[in-house]
Amino acid sequence: MSMNSTAIQQTPKSQINFEQVKKKQRMKNFSKGMLFLLPSIILFSVFLFYPLARTIYLSFFLTDAAGATTVFVGWENYVTMFTSPIFLQSMKSTFLFVLYTVPITIIISLFLAVIANEKLKGIGFFRTIYSSTMGISVAAASVFWLYLFHPSMGPLNLLLNAIGAEGIGWLTDTSWALFAIAITTIWMNIGFTFLILLGGLQSIDSSLYESADIDGAGYFYKLRRITIPMLSPTLFFVVTVTIINAFQTFGQIDILTQGGPVNSTNLVVYSIYREAFVNYKFGSASAQAVLLFIIILLMTFLQFKFGERKVHYQ
Amino acid sequence: MTIPTGRKVIFYILLIISGFLVFAPTLMAFAMSFMSNKDIMTGSLPTSLSFDNYVRAFGQFPLLKYLLNSLIISLVIMLGQLILSSLAAYAFVFLEFKGRDLLFFVFIATMMVPFEASIIPNFHIIRDLGWIDTYPGLTVPFFAMAFGTFLLRQNFKQIPKELREASQIAGMGDFKFYLTVVLPVARTSLLTLGVYGFLTSWNMYLWPLLTTTNDNVRTVQIGLKQLQTQEQLNDWGVIMAGAVIVVIPTLILLFLGQSKLQKGLTEGALK
Repeated sequence: MSMNSTAIQQTPKSQINFEQVKKKQRMKNFSKGMLFLLPSIILFSVFLFYPLARTIYLSFFLTDAAGATTVFVGWENYVTMFTSPIFLQSMKSTFLFVLYTVPITIIISLFLAVIANEKLKGIGFFRTIYSSTMGISVAAASVFWLYLFHPSMGPLNLLLNAIGAEGIGWLTDTSWALFAIAITTIWMNIGFTFLILLGGLQSIDSSLYESADIDGAGYFYKLRRITIPMLSPTLFFVVTVTIINAFQTFGQIDILTQGGPVNSTNLVVYSIYREAFVNYKFGSASAQAVLLFIIILLMTFLQFKFGERKVHYQ
Repeated sequence: MTIPTGRKVIFYILLIISGFLVFAPTLMAFAMSFMSNKDIMTGSLPTSLSFDNYVRAFGQFPLLKYLLNSLIISLVIMLGQLILSSLAAYAFVFLEFKGRDLLFFVFIATMMVPFEASIIPNFHIIRDLGWIDTYPGLTVPFFAMAFGTFLLRQNFKQIPKELREASQIAGMGDFKFYLTVVLPVARTSLLTLGVYGFLTSWNMYLWPLLTTTNDNVRTVQIGLKQLQTQEQLNDWGVIMAGAVIVVIPTLILLFLGQSKLQKGLTEGALK
């Protein structure tokens, strides 16, 4: 304010100065806006945009153990990646894992959200229980399930034995390990997904149900014709988040299987971690990281492009 | 509007069964943490309950130090996120300047970059700054947060613009308006975001695994991993006691803030 008034006092000669003042005001607005945004912009630049660019750069090089570039190799890291059976296996496992976790997480959470949306006494207690897995860290959840999957003492195998079936090598059998990781992940996801879906259900206009009641509509008719369509924006969001989370899975694998047996649970982030921080091959690890980035970018775009059409917005 | 009794019973049965299934792993861990090793090994129901496992977990591991580290790190990240997100949200709602829309787009774009995809250079940056095994290395990279900015932006939008005009006429600057009017009005959203930030920071795993190499800054999550790998595999009671210690703070926080969190997250996610 004071700066403007002095500017006007100093130059009382109309037109051009008026423009000048406007310009000054604009500059002032701009710098004020930047002042508020600067902390975020700086941190995003240092810890997000620069590292992303650097990852792309590194993916065209070989590096030493400290991460400094040594030889420019062009696309070779990518060629090696796509011809390496270990990495192809890793991609296959990752996509399978997404396929296992996403639909089941959504179905279970949706079921829980629907039954927890009834106006019943003590419903708050059940909501708290269903959302509880959100408060349980990867490390803790993995430890819980490490015991549940234990070959001889684990409750799951004890249960199987009790019904006369043979115990399963949940974490040691190549055909079960990925599924075991998926079960752990689904359980961990339930809390957050449930909470979001419940929020979506509660925001549906209750007059829709009232008019359906007047028409004598049954419970499942209402579920199919009102609840699910009205919930579609929330479902859409939850599906995207669950897919992206599945691609980022790390902690469960680090504690439960370390990528094994025979790389069957070596999902993409674990693969990047191992390549970079165990084998110190930062170049090829970066190539994998770039691929992860592209996949997630594509997922987000595809979701927005095709998901949105089927979505019903209120 | 009342639900028929028959249907009520069905719902309660479904609610109880699902509740038991969802909570069973947690319940099991709680029970095991109080059981003797003999009971666990033989798979019997607990014959005696004691705090022995907790005493041993704290005795054999610097768990208290880990807990303190996690608490400091989570609080610092939470505060950092609240400050940076609210400042940015203020700019997007109340200030008009050139390039604002472009910057808003940049903020949206950050949501598409998974942290894991840029973790290698991030690790090198922290190392080159000499921030390995320090609190700044564990906290600063997480301060800027697009999700938090959007959530607060939604909330700030509900504050009438006239309020700002009036305060400007009264000679109140933007920063003072932000501090004395906007933040107090938005305190519920700030609280929600704070709880969310604390939860996610407390549960962070990959980054602390990479950037901590000693007990001085190690977080309780990595401590739990160590407990699990270093204990003889038979000592499940102690391991579960460690796991319970890790989840208690976040579970309490979640139980207290569940309804607010649900409302806040839904708003931030969908509008």
